Amino acid sequence: MYAFNYHKASSLADAAAKLGAAADGKLLAGGQTLIAAMKLRLAAPSDLVDLAAIGELRGIKVDGSSLTIGAMTTHAAVAASDDVRGKIPALAHLAEGIGDRMVRNAGTLGGSVANNDPAADYPAALVGLGATVVTQKRRIAADDFFRGMYETALETGEIITGVSFPIPKRAGYVKFPNPASRYAIVGVFVAEGSAGVRVAVTGAGPSVFRVPAMEKALSASFSADALKSVSVDASALNGDMHASAEYRAHLVSVIARRAVEQALGR
Amino acid sequence: MAVSLSLTVNGKPVTASVEARTLLVDFLREHLNLTGTHVGCDTAQCGACTVHLDGKAVKACNLLALQAQGSKVVTIEGVSPADGSLHPMQAAFREHHGLQCGFCTPGMVMSAIDFVGANPAPNETQVREALDGNLCRCTGYHNIVQSVIAGAKAMRGTP
Repeated sequence: MYAFNYHKASSLADAAAKLGAAADGKLLAGGQTLIAAMKLRLAAPSDLVDLAAIGELRGIKVDGSSLTIGAMTTHAAVAASDDVRGKIPALAHLAEGIGDRMVRNAGTLGGSVANNDPAADYPAALVGLGATVVTQKRRIAADDFFRGMYETALETGEIITGVSFPIPKRAGYVKFPNPASRYAIVGVFVAEGSAGVRVAVTGAGPSVFRVPAMEKALSASFSADALKSVSVDASALNGDMHASAEYRAHLVSVIARRAVEQALGR
Repeated sequence: MAVSLSLTVNGKPVTASVEARTLLVDFLREHLNLTGTHVGCDTAQCGACTVHLDGKAVKACNLLALQAQGSKVVTIEGVSPADGSLHPMQAAFREHHGLQCGFCTPGMVMSAIDFVGANPAPNETQVREALDGNLCRCTGYHNIVQSVIAGAKAMRGTP
């Protein structure tokens, strides 16, 4: 790998200062995407600021009607958490399906969210549950956070500290994974909560998106059959060697129905 | 940029000066000569580089050595008792012929030990899911799965 400078931040303020002082710095969370991207020179930061020593960024707590997960909490910790399994089982199930066992032991919620890979799982959960991304400066609604392929609302120097998820009445997440990478070819998160029904799709488009027609149909009747007559337009979807845009559009309908069935089964 | 790195590897304290860009797997192999940990794909897919970092299986090709600062690392060289006998999981791989060329085996064993720690009595489906991040290119996974089930049994001390 090419040479870069490494810094271990002792606190959020220290991380922000070190990031600000670097020519082209990047935050290091679990590194499960970033290290691989740096090896390929898809990313070439001058400095890495490691967040691992900042204890306040880890942990899971239930606070009334919401569940807050620290940015540096690993996927494995989310999947194994009794609080997550009890309050939002679909979220624990999602975390349990990210990458593989070793990746889940290192990769983090904040890292995944900040990277906003178009086929990552967590963006679907954040948008599907109507979560709020918390940074050291402000709170950002998930609907406003994911801006496009690998693009987020984060400003320079802004650090995600955690994500707050409203606890839904019921939710389900099903993905059709790429058999090699386990990234979603299509993943659909469906949730019914106090703010109504939300349907979020990952893997199919340039970034996570909602399907208003499905939300409307499910609001009228929360059942897999309610989605029978709803089709998804393929024109804005991704097509690649794994699946054409038309195939992905079809998958969104199939997977959404399965996600509803899962939500009803919990 | 050389940085001082202190950690525990297989129970022994280690201090070294490393370049920031040094991967954990390269540190183990090149600096400590612990070549039991293999580099297969170098892209975090094959799992041949699996080691335990503070008790959890991770892919050492996808972490910086500096991310293990102050941590406890165990490699395949560190799982067997001091008398040179095999760890029960290693013995199960030998007994059930859970390897062919052996390249993936250290990673398989390290993954399996971590997994069995969390799931002491796994069934075949669970083992196959748990080994999702470990690739064997010689053979089918049948004997590997049988080895892990037998190794789990041995680790929990039931005949």
